[in-house]
Amino acid sequence: MSLVSSFAPGSTSRSSSGFDPGRIRSEFPILATRVNGKPLVYLDNAATTQKPQVVIDATDRYNSAENANIHRGVHHLSQLATEAYEGVRRRVAEFLNARSPREIVFLRGTTEGINLVAQSYGRTFLQPGDEVLITGMEHHSNIVPWQLLAAQSGTVLRVAPIDDRGDLDWAGFERSLSKRTRLIAVVHLSNALGTINPVSRITEVARARGIPVLVDGAQSAAHLKVDVQALGCDFFVFSGHKLFGPTGIGVLYGREELLERMPPWQGGGDMISTVTFAESTWADLPAKFEAGTPNIAGVVGLGAAIDWVADLGLDVVGSYERELLEYATAQVSSVPGVRVVGTARERASILSFAVEGIHPHDVGQVLDAEGIAIRAGHHCAQPVMAHFGVAATARASFAVYNTRDEVDALVRGIHRVKQVFGG
Amino acid sequence: MMELSALYQDVILEHNRSPRNFHRMDDADGHAEGRNPLCGDQLTVWLKLSGDRVSDVSFEGSGCAISKASASLMTTAVKGKSRAEVNQLFEQFHEIVTGRSVPSSESRLALGKLAVFSGISSFPVRVKCATLSWHALKAALEQGSGAVSTEQDIQGA
Repeated sequence: MSLVSSFAPGSTSRSSSGFDPGRIRSEFPILATRVNGKPLVYLDNAATTQKPQVVIDATDRYNSAENANIHRGVHHLSQLATEAYEGVRRRVAEFLNARSPREIVFLRGTTEGINLVAQSYGRTFLQPGDEVLITGMEHHSNIVPWQLLAAQSGTVLRVAPIDDRGDLDWAGFERSLSKRTRLIAVVHLSNALGTINPVSRITEVARARGIPVLVDGAQSAAHLKVDVQALGCDFFVFSGHKLFGPTGIGVLYGREELLERMPPWQGGGDMISTVTFAESTWADLPAKFEAGTPNIAGVVGLGAAIDWVADLGLDVVGSYERELLEYATAQVSSVPGVRVVGTARERASILSFAVEGIHPHDVGQVLDAEGIAIRAGHHCAQPVMAHFGVAATARASFAVYNTRDEVDALVRGIHRVKQVFGG
Repeated sequence: MMELSALYQDVILEHNRSPRNFHRMDDADGHAEGRNPLCGDQLTVWLKLSGDRVSDVSFEGSGCAISKASASLMTTAVKGKSRAEVNQLFEQFHEIVTGRSVPSSESRLALGKLAVFSGISSFPVRVKCATLSWHALKAALEQGSGAVSTEQDIQGA
């Protein structure tokens, strides 16, 4: 596999929403890469998004000019680093419309955020027989932490069903609620199907029953405008690297009142108030949940990524991507023998599909030879695959820098797949 | 650039379309399931033994063209072979799919049609697809029945 970097003007075409992705493509150095002699068509954004130059520069600048540990030193660099770090926390609070930066905890990513809530909130406040309710379209990272909790605390994991389009079965969801439901954990935007869950409707029902709601925002943060107060959720988690930021950095938003009552999950430096060998007391929020030296450079990069996407405007991003997804869905499903998996009423950014008689890995392999990057597999959502009776799907996932020309390249690639396998 | 045709050779495409010995075997002496947890591929290999020799072998499951064709060609290659011969053939097959060493002319001869998988050495992520059925066969021979995972290689290494 050869990766040759060279100048390749982004193929662009102005959309009817008036947004021109060509304007931003040049900000992403990797999009000029050639793969197997062809211009890269990067359609694996649900796995990770590419990084604009401003994000690359921000982490470089931090490492070259501002690197120091935070919250400790009186020296100049430590103060710069601390200010940068806490500045991003304020920026994230604003981005999510949290009430206070105290509600923003930095951690490794969505997975760690869900595990933190399961281990700190779950093990403290849930009793044997209490129920955690998830949906049938969750990523493994919103299934397994609750199974670990069940093994530790005797809680019960319940699953609200999805229908054949990939929508949450609302009647089934209401039936899955019981007197013992103590926590609801749902994905905002399904990574395998592209379904947008009716989060506000869920939180409304949950609030009436006094049940906290965690929203897995791994996929949604880069595609939908998130307002945690409007969503009415108690916890919201997302990862920086799916939002044009670095890997290894993510955010847990938690309602302050809940975070206050929760014990620390990990112990160490920076999360204490006082320590003696007999006992320790905890620091205030959010430091209580940030033991040890955090990923400071990652936080700085995340801040630059949030600035970048907020400057573009998530409304603009959302409407452009909706158009692109509609176009892609129509084009891809018009290829004979291709079935779109997941046709929910509200979808964003993700197109899962199956080519009759051809395994998704083989689809992905042939597309790779054409320079097209998609994901083939179960997308860490094996129960979703089981629901649709497939072992795996091919998945094209879009970001704001993708173009209609790239969708056309994908469609040509699928025809090539069929040709190779004699379809 | 790696030519796709080096990977998807005609023999492989043909065995993918019409896999040989593709059925359950209810009166098998042994069987084992092979799984690749990274992609969800799954297949089961059944075998009958006559003394030390494989007298019959079959498989079923779902997987990509490479794993299916490899399983199909494997079933045609190991019928009538002793355990030691099967193990040796797997070693020779492993050598050509990983491209770790240039196979001897003796190996090439022994591999016969299996040599079409040599193109896989240029696509390292697909080696597991080609060896899944072989690992299952080996488990079936060794344990009588059981399950193997492509990730045991990694965890055990």
